[in-house]
Amino acid sequence: MPTGRSDREAPGRTWRRAGPDWPFWTVVAAVAGAYLILIVAMIGADAAWTTPGQLWSALGNEEIAFSIRLSLFTCTIAALLSLVVAVPAGYLLSRGDFPGRALVDVIVDIPIVLPPLVIGLSLLILFRLPLPWTGDPPVRLNDVLPLTYTVGGVILAQFTVGAAFAVRTMRATFDHLPRRPEDVARVLGCSRAGAVWRVTLPAARRGMVTAFTLAWARSLGEFGPILVFAGATRMRTEVMPTTVFLELSVGNLEPAIAVSLLMVLLSIAVMLVLRWAGDQGGASHDRL
Amino acid sequence: MIACEGLSIRQGQFRIDGISLNIPMGAYGVLMGATGCGKTTVLEAICGLRRPAAGRILVAGEEVTHRPPGARGLGYVPQDGALFPTMDVRSHLAFAPRVQGWPRSAIAARAADLAGRLGIGHLLDRRVQGLSGGERQRVALGRALAARPAALLMDEPLSALDESARAGMITLLRAIQRDEGVTVLHVTHNPIEAEALADLRLTLADGRISG
Repeated sequence: MPTGRSDREAPGRTWRRAGPDWPFWTVVAAVAGAYLILIVAMIGADAAWTTPGQLWSALGNEEIAFSIRLSLFTCTIAALLSLVVAVPAGYLLSRGDFPGRALVDVIVDIPIVLPPLVIGLSLLILFRLPLPWTGDPPVRLNDVLPLTYTVGGVILAQFTVGAAFAVRTMRATFDHLPRRPEDVARVLGCSRAGAVWRVTLPAARRGMVTAFTLAWARSLGEFGPILVFAGATRMRTEVMPTTVFLELSVGNLEPAIAVSLLMVLLSIAVMLVLRWAGDQGGASHDRL
Repeated sequence: MIACEGLSIRQGQFRIDGISLNIPMGAYGVLMGATGCGKTTVLEAICGLRRPAAGRILVAGEEVTHRPPGARGLGYVPQDGALFPTMDVRSHLAFAPRVQGWPRSAIAARAADLAGRLGIGHLLDRRVQGLSGGERQRVALGRALAARPAALLMDEPLSALDESARAGMITLLRAIQRDEGVTVLHVTHNPIEAEALADLRLTLADGRISG
């Protein structure tokens, strides 16, 4: 029969002593640090390859300046269109209760997982395919909506991928927002649309900033679908990734690096906006 | 008045069959019941947020069973208050009158009057973040009453409050209900709340309401 002090102390003697935390943190920091070094080294290598003078001269090139202007324009339009689609689609997927919702959810994700070239090819075929019931000669979608090899085509190619990311972001935003305030607004006299407009959308504004920024960033980096669907015609459908590709293909490394560095700077700016929106949104929800 | 006649609600495996209740005009009705017995479900059905399988719902003598939530003339205070995160207190009090199309001067006067009686006059320009639990519930109550609804539905409005805040809120609820003359259906599982507030006590158990 166990008695006395020695029995009470017995379990303590069998406990394994937990080791210090520093080996764990060392391994974690080493793995993360190696990846960080890879990213910084890539950007550093780009910067080291060229001089500020060469960079400035490349950016002053008329064709490159055109591609930068076109990129900024098409990305902004594509991101705006993405947001226009993402808000209702994200709301539907988050709050809607309808048959086939899981299927719609999967379909919306297709542009995210498809290889970019396949998206371009699919768009091209869609616009070249004869429309049904149009007789002979057949009418094609491109006859009605002439977008292939145009700036409109660049925007559509960017939108197709950017919108998928924006929809996903808005769905997560609406999932995160409580439904009750919207219910209260409806009971107090709002229609569903009125409640969404007055209560839910203002609360979702950080998510909307994130969705727009993400769509904009995706559009900026889009290359494959644009190459196939809108082409790579200088001073016409040439955007920044196309410039990098065209300059590299003729061995002009400096202009390619200059545009690449500009895209890196724009990406960093986008990431800062995303981080800011995430922090603000999170803080706002935490306070509630 | 608030009345349900033969109300049935089905939600998956959960079901409430053929319940009836009647809270006369201007009375303070308290619906009690154990957690999970369906009190909130009944309240949501009366609000129009949940479609009943059968039965009728009447508010102020008019059948509202098939009307959308916003056309039933109700005020609603959910359990957590569900304040609007981007609005200040004044906007909460102005929300329903603005939706109902009141003139601007009437909205401002009503908001100021309610804020004074609810003891939140000093908070009118504050965002709802950072308000205490008691202040939040006062704002939610003011928002629900602002457009002078025919009936006020409250779902466990005091459950998140500490003892002292709860006692103050009970006194306030009774006073403001008398002043406004509004019919109330207050859902709770707390017998002390029911004792202090109810003109009419109802109990929901096993899918049936007893008076």
